[in-house]
Amino acid sequence: MHPIRKKRLTIVLFLLAGLSIAVALTTYALRQNINLFYDPSQITAGEAPVDVRIRAGGMVEEGSVRRDTESLKVEFMVTDFNASVPVEYVGILPDLFAEGQGIVAMGKLNSEGRFVADQVLAKHDENYMPPEVADALEKASKAGGQPMPGNTRPATN
Amino acid sequence: MYPELGQLALILSLLLAVLLSVVPLAGSLTGRDNLQAFARPLAAGMFVFVGLAFAVLTHAFVTDDFSVAYVANNSNSMLPWYYKFSAVWGGHEGSLLLWILMLTGWTLAVAIFSRRLPSVMISQVLSVLGMVSVGFMLFIIVTSNPFDRLLPNVPADGADLNPLLQDFGLIVHPPMLYMGYVGFAVAFAFAIAALINGRLDAAWARWSRPWTTVAWAFLSVGIALGSWWAYYELGWGGWWFWDPVENASLLPWLSGTALMHSLAVTEKRGVFKSWTVLLAIVTFALSLLGTFLVRSGVLTSVHAFASDPERGTFLLVLLAFTVIASLVLYAFRAPVVHVRSRYGTLSREIFLLLNNVLLVSATLLVAVGTLYPLVLDFLDLGKISIGEPFFNLTFSPLAVATGLLLGVGTFSRWKKTDAGWLARKLLWPLAVSVLVSTAVMAGYGGFTPWAFLGIFSAVWITTATFWDLWDKSSSRKGRIHGLKRQSRSYYGMVLGHLGLAITMAGATVVSNYGIERDVRMVPGDVAEVGDYQFVFVDIGERRGQNFTAQYGSFDVMLDGERIAELHPEKRQYAVGMSVMTEADIDAGLFRDIFVAVGERISDNAWAIRLQYKPLIRWLWLGALFMAAGGFLAISDRRYRIRERAIEPSENSSPSQIGTQGVAGVVS
Repeated sequence: MHPIRKKRLTIVLFLLAGLSIAVALTTYALRQNINLFYDPSQITAGEAPVDVRIRAGGMVEEGSVRRDTESLKVEFMVTDFNASVPVEYVGILPDLFAEGQGIVAMGKLNSEGRFVADQVLAKHDENYMPPEVADALEKASKAGGQPMPGNTRPATN
Repeated sequence: MYPELGQLALILSLLLAVLLSVVPLAGSLTGRDNLQAFARPLAAGMFVFVGLAFAVLTHAFVTDDFSVAYVANNSNSMLPWYYKFSAVWGGHEGSLLLWILMLTGWTLAVAIFSRRLPSVMISQVLSVLGMVSVGFMLFIIVTSNPFDRLLPNVPADGADLNPLLQDFGLIVHPPMLYMGYVGFAVAFAFAIAALINGRLDAAWARWSRPWTTVAWAFLSVGIALGSWWAYYELGWGGWWFWDPVENASLLPWLSGTALMHSLAVTEKRGVFKSWTVLLAIVTFALSLLGTFLVRSGVLTSVHAFASDPERGTFLLVLLAFTVIASLVLYAFRAPVVHVRSRYGTLSREIFLLLNNVLLVSATLLVAVGTLYPLVLDFLDLGKISIGEPFFNLTFSPLAVATGLLLGVGTFSRWKKTDAGWLARKLLWPLAVSVLVSTAVMAGYGGFTPWAFLGIFSAVWITTATFWDLWDKSSSRKGRIHGLKRQSRSYYGMVLGHLGLAITMAGATVVSNYGIERDVRMVPGDVAEVGDYQFVFVDIGERRGQNFTAQYGSFDVMLDGERIAELHPEKRQYAVGMSVMTEADIDAGLFRDIFVAVGERISDNAWAIRLQYKPLIRWLWLGALFMAAGGFLAISDRRYRIRERAIEPSENSSPSQIGTQGVAGVVS
């Protein structure tokens, strides 16, 4: 083969090899690490898988936060005003976690229908509503649930 | 009165930008020098008017002019004066104005420092930068006017700057990051100009190299500052979350790193031209993509301000237009390639090609992980998130592979490297690296394959870099003479590579040997973290200028001796009643000790986070090394010597260019 062509071929082969390794790794890793989001209505309806890492989110129900005084364990209800799911979590909650705030939790649903969270996210801004939560609330209100108290996206101060 | 002047200045700068994007380009295509001569004055005028607008906005912040909506939303009369300055870029409109100020600043810098470039080239480069400016100026004027007034209902006081942003990190992080993002616009403009006039040659690569390197250096610092800020200000001690907003800045950095290396090959050896041009386009497109992701509200994070679909659409159109127009131009102009130089399968060219393959793969990977959930959501196919494990699993092997290849590549030669010679050359450095990294691992205690690979890569890069420096600096006139003889761009490379090694070492050690404990503590309790004991002394109250805080006191003991006294806080800001965790950190070159106060559990019990973070400072120290390397490299004499040589060589014979090229390499 002509030396230049041979060299080009080598380069192309290198590129292809690199790319296919990257694609293979990516698809493999993606399959392992995609976390689906479920809202409380879906979870109570049994649509969410048990013992698989998922994300769940909604508003923290007023008056539902129970704190163990001897450890870092916290329990609370997450609601979309249509259905509520009990969540338990051991650890430090983010600064903006509060009753009536929108949150997203990562974790697994156990067989008793309780969501065991290993991570709770409430984002950085007091006016912020996680988009999944805003979406879930909107869906729940459309589905004929109770009328939503207030706005899904609180007005800016 | 002043805000209206600011608005007027912005509109005038838009007009100048329109002129800049048309007149010099038309002049360069028709060969009319008098039109080309407009390029530099227009660039200067544009900068002056944007600077004026920026000064007006700053004035509005400093004088608490809450009739300006943007000031009212992002400031407060109680805000300390230095945060009033940084609040100028604390929100969407102002940060966009900063973006434009930097863009016009870069444009002016190109106009000033490229006096030796052929007039046609510089006219086209400045015109392209003018076009980019037009896009962003339209964006700010149409969708995000920072000078909008709240009349006649002027609020008595402002809504305050988000407490998270009331921090030194915010003062410096965005300007550095934007310098990087926007700097890649210059590399892009050079690439487009080269495509327009069909001059894809070594001279073009040489011109755009220093600009690319500077932009990359700023971006490195910007990203490191962001990571550092997240570490101490978001309160919980993480330094990289693979958050889409972080990824948005990493994408142009990765492809920019690839671009820097492929520009080196194009300059030195005249190959990979089309690839380099493509990379320059892609890197700038990724900078725009980053701006779109962060500013459009498709992502939610501390960076995403009030989301407004109109803004997102505008940016997306701008991005699409840039990408499509450049790729069409590329498709028509790029394929004119003649490869004159030859290089073997084992050569520096090939190692740099592999570097590019790895970096581009990493770029693609991060892009997939970042964009896939967005695309699915957009198509209404469900809401998913891709977590840290995905990125850790896929990014780490690429980082390790890059590190290993870098070491080998350091010893390789241009054109052709003898395999046997290379193998003999690698033997000793390899042995040294295995020994050192094993010793380091033993020191930290605990062997895991990933930790070993990470540490080994870092040690391997370091050994190879110093070994090569030792080889190159051997001289009959003595070591000092040999070290002095090396060029600044070589030392720039040395610093850059050492920086990468330092960052890799930091990332590996802190992820594998860091300890994090969340505990419930009452005053008087002692908790153990590794070899350290944390004594919770007490917690009281403290007043700041615009907040009150729960103020904790901790003693940190090591071997029975008190080594630090830490005071983490839980702050409650007066305006907006928002709560902020302020961690306290005993920082050190080899380890950080970290305490943060969580929520109150009962009357006197608190949730406390305690952390031991070995080598975490190295993450950011490495980035500083990389940036320093970049700045050192562009101060190299040869960029100036060669620029002087370019004009006469325009019409000279190829042989002369050849000798100049050689002279450049030697100097």
